Amino acid sequence: MKAWIAFWNILLKDMKTYYLKPPNISWGIIFPLAWTGMFFIRSGSEFDSSTIISLIPGVVAVSILFGTTSLLAVTVTFEKKNRSFERLLLAPISLELLMLSKTVGAILFGVVNAFIPVIIASFFADLSGLSWPIFFVTVLLIAVSSTFLGLFIAVAVSEVFEAQTFSNFFRFPMLFLCGLFFPITQLPFFIRPLSYILPLTYGVDLLHWNVRRNHHLYTGLSLLMLILFCIILFSVSIRNIKHKWIA
Amino acid sequence: MTDGITVKGLKKRFDEVQAVNDISFSVKSGELFGFLGPNGAGKTTTINMITGLARPDSGSINIAGIDCTGKPKSAQHLIGVVPDESNLYPELTGYENLCFCASLYGLSKPERQTKAKELLSVFSLDTAANRKFGGYSKGMKRKLTIAAGMIHNPEILFLDEPTTGIDVASARQLRSLISKLHAQGTTIFLTTHYIEEAERLCDRIAFIVNGKLVRTDNVSKLLLPLQNIHRMQVVCTDLPEDLIPGISKSFPDMVFKSKKHNVIEIENGRPISIAPIVRYLEEQGANIFEAKLIKPSLEDVFVEITGIEADIMRREKEKGGKKK
Repeated sequence: MKAWIAFWNILLKDMKTYYLKPPNISWGIIFPLAWTGMFFIRSGSEFDSSTIISLIPGVVAVSILFGTTSLLAVTVTFEKKNRSFERLLLAPISLELLMLSKTVGAILFGVVNAFIPVIIASFFADLSGLSWPIFFVTVLLIAVSSTFLGLFIAVAVSEVFEAQTFSNFFRFPMLFLCGLFFPITQLPFFIRPLSYILPLTYGVDLLHWNVRRNHHLYTGLSLLMLILFCIILFSVSIRNIKHKWIA
Repeated sequence: MTDGITVKGLKKRFDEVQAVNDISFSVKSGELFGFLGPNGAGKTTTINMITGLARPDSGSINIAGIDCTGKPKSAQHLIGVVPDESNLYPELTGYENLCFCASLYGLSKPERQTKAKELLSVFSLDTAANRKFGGYSKGMKRKLTIAAGMIHNPEILFLDEPTTGIDVASARQLRSLISKLHAQGTTIFLTTHYIEEAERLCDRIAFIVNGKLVRTDNVSKLLLPLQNIHRMQVVCTDLPEDLIPGISKSFPDMVFKSKKHNVIEIENGRPISIAPIVRYLEEQGANIFEAKLIKPSLEDVFVEITGIEADIMRREKEKGGKKK
């Protein structure tokens, strides 16, 4: 019970200090809008319901990926740098619960970011064909896996600027290899294995299935792989924290 | 008394540097234990290992009867840590910072609020309670950081250089608070480079140099060898160049040193009579400004044991030298 008081207050503090700051809120709105515009121009299609719906998987995936990895990697690195993170490490709660409390804020930020383009799309297109429970689970799993990727990055670097640079090292290749811009089946044969070691590939496939029934992996497999990525990334990050930060 | 902290054979190496080298000591419950040493001696590394912020290479740690070796979380609810640098959240107010720190130890909301208000008042920060921590002065930051370390009424409090870099009035206030906490039965582990501070506050003191404990004892025992040493200091100008050999011949029982320009230090195994020395110096043409007897202090013990001049240690620290 006492540990949960700490968990809840760390989450509240992060929301207040980082995620609910006006620049982040505006970024959370502008970023998906910019991506919607970019995808729309790239498609060269008419501004109709089917085009708008077809853009949802891409915009949602990109919004979550960039929102979560950017903020978590930067905030954790910032707290590590100014030593306020030590205060958390000294708290009598398990490292796992501590890191969950640090990541839940970014996960929620990612989920909210994902629904901004969906809400905007709902004014221009009929979204009744979407399976909302699966859509929500997919968004949540993408947010969790991306946040844990951000955590992995945060633990690997020591400076805030390194966190951004290192994030891009993962994010941009991921964008091109996850099946958002071109189907994985159209990628050169030797690059395809890379696609399947990226969590976003499975998230994007689930979104494609949900929105357009246009997928090439089993939905159950994709869900399982996303869960597996969440577990692996979190476990590796915890292990790295123990080795690097409590050295 | 039971042991508050027991450390045995603690070692820690960072690359080529053996930061802590096989140190063992125990701090009794309710004791105020001073940990003294120059920059890079291994003070903060030792605190980090005891509190769970660093992993020892070897050795054992026991806090309040709990074996924490390899299980740093097991006694963290009993300890409060005040680091050598203020590390609260600049975006939160003083009050919010204290409430947040209290929540990390599972205090309920009313408990957090009551305790935060109480500590803000104790540290005379009530008027700044709703100002952001980032806008606090250095002294205020230090005081709030100490308050944050005490917010959950820890049985054992680690204070890492609590009075460094703050004004005289705040330092005095802090020392009086440390004494009060000690009187209330809190076990305190204090690292400081102000030797006179340690002498005034601590029950026992350990000297650490290059990662090794060179001496641990209570203050009166540390001062014991100096009980029969009497010192005198003379400040003067126009000293003849061959003064020391000449005066040593005239007062053969005494040891004369000229440490600084225009300052002569005299040491004797018996009480020193000021007048004959002053007279001799005046006869030699010296212009005397001050002549006084000096009571040997812990600083002398420190210099004797470690070979490090206390002044150098203090200046290094105040310059903000890096520590391990």
